[in-house]
Amino acid sequence: MIGLAQVYLLAGLVFGIFAVLSARDASNPRRWSNAAFWALLALSMLAGDRLGDLGNGVLVLALVGIAGLGGMGRGAAGDDQAARAERAARHGNRLFLLALVIPLTALAGTFLFKQVPHWIDPKQVTLVSLALGALLGLAVGLAWLRESPVVPFQEGRRLMDAVGWAAVLPQMLASLGAVFALAGVGQVVGGLMSEVIPAGSLVGAVIAYGLGMALFTMVMGNAFAAFPVMAAAIGLPLLIQQYHGSPAVVAAVGMLCGFCGTLMTPMAANFNVVPAALLELRDRNAVVKAQVGTALPLLAFNVALIWWAAFP
Amino acid sequence: MNLWVLIGIAVMVGGFVLRVNPLVVVLAAALATGLAAGMDLLAVIAAFGKAFNDTRYVSVVWIVLPVIGLMERQGLQERARTLVSGLKGATLPRLLTGYLLLRQATAALGLTSIAGHAQTVRPLVAPMAEAAAQPQDQDEADQIKAMAAATDNVGLFFGEDIFIAIGSILLMKGFMEQQGIVLAPFDLSVWAIPTAIAAFAIHSLRLWRFGRRRG
Repeated sequence: MIGLAQVYLLAGLVFGIFAVLSARDASNPRRWSNAAFWALLALSMLAGDRLGDLGNGVLVLALVGIAGLGGMGRGAAGDDQAARAERAARHGNRLFLLALVIPLTALAGTFLFKQVPHWIDPKQVTLVSLALGALLGLAVGLAWLRESPVVPFQEGRRLMDAVGWAAVLPQMLASLGAVFALAGVGQVVGGLMSEVIPAGSLVGAVIAYGLGMALFTMVMGNAFAAFPVMAAAIGLPLLIQQYHGSPAVVAAVGMLCGFCGTLMTPMAANFNVVPAALLELRDRNAVVKAQVGTALPLLAFNVALIWWAAFP
Repeated sequence: MNLWVLIGIAVMVGGFVLRVNPLVVVLAAALATGLAAGMDLLAVIAAFGKAFNDTRYVSVVWIVLPVIGLMERQGLQERARTLVSGLKGATLPRLLTGYLLLRQATAALGLTSIAGHAQTVRPLVAPMAEAAAQPQDQDEADQIKAMAAATDNVGLFFGEDIFIAIGSILLMKGFMEQQGIVLAPFDLSVWAIPTAIAAFAIHSLRLWRFGRRRG
């Protein structure tokens, strides 16, 4: 059955190739740092299950050490824009067909793979589709464009170096969330929140719930981590049990208050920090800044919606 | 109640304010939190290592980079710019509002991974937005690209919860069931619709004003 193991194998091979190409990139003054960083990620993908918990912890220490001490560098840019514009003119709009391979494979995979649960792990349809789309796009691209197979990996390595250490920040933050859960951070925050609500005020409880979801999501970087805490501290005992609010509205719109928080925090690195790196923006928080203007009015709308719709 | 476990949050805020490398900050926050909770150092490192190994799927997305790199070398960004420059009515607000609608609609059908920052924003949407807006300098170009990424996030977040089999809906249903409250996924997803409409209205209004402010 095709599942996570095969996807991790593929990812390990891709990071491994990035590591080798980084080591050979003489134009990068810190090429050995980059090579070691991608090699450690390759090792994690290929053999993470055999390293043991402490082994994986040491691997993380090494990754953080490379990023923190001296950091990683970038090599020379690829060929110039004139050459790319010339190729673009030659290929015309057919290039967009190639760009559609990954989205279309994801689309087809979502519908088709669930029909064959014996071949493809139904829980991993999204990741398997993504991996298959990447492979198909590579095969079609190489066959059509007649490039050497090393070209896409060289270009991919350039993009990877542009992202740099930010590439593992989302995974690091997800792991931090697990440590927070072990230490019981959620219960402590929930306890503090339920103490600040003025007794007997429905509006106060609704506002505390909505803002609490957004704020705790900003701390954790993830509304999924905030929801059980805020629902157990305020949503369930006050809004649903004491004031008889509609459970569906309290839950669904409460979660969406959390999503407003996700838009406003660098802790949601894969949505907010990674794109800034990927688009080579000079301000790491530029995407968060662009989102605050949407997130705040929408949060106010959500709080009002709970107050109006959950308590008829 | 052991308030010391909140020290990790303080470390995170302090680290981001002092602009220490975020990987270092995250690890320091984890170590501080674990130690405050009474775990010993090796146990915290092992717990972090286990979580890191369990969440590798988060970093799988980078396997698309070789294909994206190949297409960019062949001029995909330039082609996207040419296409938009050739369209008369393709203004920045119209382009990004159209993308917002498309992203929300497909996410609402459960198709969350057909677009994204690596797959569509960097190679297609950001260069198209730049071509439509004709920025005067690097600052403006950065603002436009950041707005393209923001539009992808808003569309995804406030579309996906309309789909009944998405992770957040299942989490809410599971949590409520443990408390003895049975909810159908549809009851939850239908309450994502008002916010989806509000998100579209607010963000497209902002896009329109963003386009006008730039003249």
